[in-house]
Amino acid sequence: MAKVKKTIKGLTIDADKCNGCRACEVICSAFHAAPRYSSINPARSRIRIVRDPLKDIYIPVQAGEYTASECTGRNKYIVDGKEYDECDFCRASCPSRDLFKEPDSGLPLKCDMCEDDPPLEKPKCVEWCLNDALIYAVREEEVDEAEVSPGDVEIGVESLIDKYGLKQVLDTLARRSKA
Amino acid sequence: MRYAETGFDLEIDLSRGSIERVESDPKLTQLHLGGLGINAKILWDRVPAEAEAFDEDNLLIFGAGLLCGTAAPGCNRTIVSTFSPQTRLMAYSMMGGFWAPELKYAGYDRVIIRGRSPELAYLWIHNDKVEIRDASHLRGKGAIETAECIRRELKQPEAQVAAIGLAGENRVFYASIEQGRSSASRGGIGAVMGDKGLKAIAVRGTKDINIARPAEFMALCDQIWKYIKFREEHPIQNVIPIIAGLGSPQEMKLFDEKWHTTNFMWGNSRTRRKDFWNEEVEKSWKEMQESVRTRLISCYNCSLKCGATITVPGIPTYMMKCYSKLTYTMAAYSDLEFGFKIAQRATEYGVDGFSAPQVMAFALELHEAGILTDADFPGMPADVEGRFFWLLDRIVRREGIGDALADGVYWAARKIGKGAEAFDHNTIKKHEQLPLKLGMLNPVYYLMYSTGEKMNITQIEGQFPQEPFRTREEREDFVSDWIQVPHEKFKRYLLDWEPRGEKSNPHYPTIEASCDIVDWQEKMHYLDDALGVCAGLSSFPLKPPYHIHNFPAFISSATGLQMDEAAVWQAATRNRTLLRAINVRRGMRRADDKPPEDHWKKRFPDLEAKLLDGYYKMKGWNSQGIPTKASLHELGMDDVAEDLEQRGIIGNGQS
Repeated sequence: MAKVKKTIKGLTIDADKCNGCRACEVICSAFHAAPRYSSINPARSRIRIVRDPLKDIYIPVQAGEYTASECTGRNKYIVDGKEYDECDFCRASCPSRDLFKEPDSGLPLKCDMCEDDPPLEKPKCVEWCLNDALIYAVREEEVDEAEVSPGDVEIGVESLIDKYGLKQVLDTLARRSKA
Repeated sequence: MRYAETGFDLEIDLSRGSIERVESDPKLTQLHLGGLGINAKILWDRVPAEAEAFDEDNLLIFGAGLLCGTAAPGCNRTIVSTFSPQTRLMAYSMMGGFWAPELKYAGYDRVIIRGRSPELAYLWIHNDKVEIRDASHLRGKGAIETAECIRRELKQPEAQVAAIGLAGENRVFYASIEQGRSSASRGGIGAVMGDKGLKAIAVRGTKDINIARPAEFMALCDQIWKYIKFREEHPIQNVIPIIAGLGSPQEMKLFDEKWHTTNFMWGNSRTRRKDFWNEEVEKSWKEMQESVRTRLISCYNCSLKCGATITVPGIPTYMMKCYSKLTYTMAAYSDLEFGFKIAQRATEYGVDGFSAPQVMAFALELHEAGILTDADFPGMPADVEGRFFWLLDRIVRREGIGDALADGVYWAARKIGKGAEAFDHNTIKKHEQLPLKLGMLNPVYYLMYSTGEKMNITQIEGQFPQEPFRTREEREDFVSDWIQVPHEKFKRYLLDWEPRGEKSNPHYPTIEASCDIVDWQEKMHYLDDALGVCAGLSSFPLKPPYHIHNFPAFISSATGLQMDEAAVWQAATRNRTLLRAINVRRGMRRADDKPPEDHWKKRFPDLEAKLLDGYYKMKGWNSQGIPTKASLHELGMDDVAEDLEQRGIIGNGQS
């Protein structure tokens, strides 16, 4: 199978170093304001610190994918004697919580690693975290070139038919193939 | 659109149960900036001079600083202002933490509370929705416990809560308002909150704070971070470690307590223990601190770590501010373990960490002197640690002797009588001070102690070194990158200041230089308290990131108001003068402007009188410390002059 090189931009989050100050939320909301830096509002930030100071819980979480429905995850994790909700680590903009939604419209927010032209040296939250709880990490990975086997399509279509019925799926396919 | 501020106040009348959202006058921002300045203006305009702390007419104002909620690093201070039951003068106490920015994001610059709730209540502010809610189920609960309960019942884990404990409910004259890792403790403002029947204010906001000139403002913020980083990597040379860095003294981070434990007094500000600190103590205190300290923490939008989460086995977790780790320890002649334990209970009760330990040490002195007897302390344990816990429990409930002690050293001494007054040796204007007793009069400190409206030296003193460097070389090194000075003459004052000889205390700095230095120190505090900037990044430490040369650009680019250095300086002067006028209207005069009698062994009455004269003159006040009509006119405060004139305080040749 063919190998391709892929650049992966990510953060290494050292939660033990977080002092809970939320400077990352401040600068994120400012950077993504229009015009840039014209307003501050942590509720709009694409990185949030899940904090519960008396339980010593400080987890910086970046906004990830939007999901229309809640997941089943209601597990508790105990790490080093501290009890976490499964949601504490989750990056989804999801109906079960207020995190990662525009406060006015409710539209989902997603971290874009401060993509800019010309590109920034590192995302703004990393720059503003003087305690190095957020570290920018770029790595190159060799990955298999994405190949989709006919079998995968078969499984997908079958579940769509299960859910919506053959006719609905056929109609949709017909409409899509005309477009 | 208003920039940096929201332009709206919340007016709450607890007697009538009414809530109003009122647009504020933008002119006030230009004149007083915000925070303390506008709080003071409201108190001057709306609270009758005759109103006592516990009158319904008294206001309790929670003001956010002008720059709170912007991206300016470390701008997170809530300034709580009212009239103090203890000093009967204006009280203003500040807290860091997360509350003020949250209030701004909810859409308000301040909350103004009047009246008294018939039942214990709390206030819930959630953007445009504001409710006065029943708090009867929270009666008697600890301040931190209360915050947790409220967050749970509202299902709002991100709400910020400022609450009082039992001390505030029972109107202890040094009750604090606690807010997670911070508290507004001085002057008994928690007692006023309790008197108003207000257990807590919870706030959650998700609105924008707008910036007038975004790119310019953000470049300034970046410079502050850069300088903080530089200062972290370059601590000040030739000074003790505790003051070499930024922030409030790094009590949670550092272990070396030689300076505090051997220079500050133990007991009721009574004994200096010059040989207390040794290797053995250092080792055991370090182990103790490391064993209970879970994490070093900060306030909103600040990289420093001035506080810590403390978990002592067997008692609930709490968060500690810097110096209170030592105040109980030293007042009781005990050790650090005791300090960490009792601070937890004191935080839940909500008492001031300066005043409370001193009051308890004072009570035990009276017991030892036979002024109070065993009958006054029924059931008190024999060990000193047990006695402190016993006293604290009684004070916050105003039980037995605790009732008198709950009024603080000054009032308790007068209530108890029988010579107890002689043991009140460490108060200024009826307010307990840091436990310090020194040798030679320091003219700069003499003025700050005597005249400060805050009556709390740490909120007046600042970035001019507390003592001269030993050698000329060290001094030259210090001034070489001293960019914060408002004027070059301050470098000369420091260069010429010697530890001994002609150019040393008490005659150097000269009267003029002393007045200049005090003026600079206190103006910076007045600016911080108006802008909501933490003193730990500005007025308090040596060589801070914020100073008079970058404040004008911060204010202008954030708010859109055009203010140069002269205008900013004048706003600070205006606020400082207004506070003086407020207290003067309530009867404060020159006779009140004095440090504790025994603060210095060597006093110089003639020099002290000249220092006060010089300071008053520089401020544009008369010989009684009352602002003159001319100086009030110059600051655009003719209304203040007119009021003072009508009362016969100025005019008719008096100024």
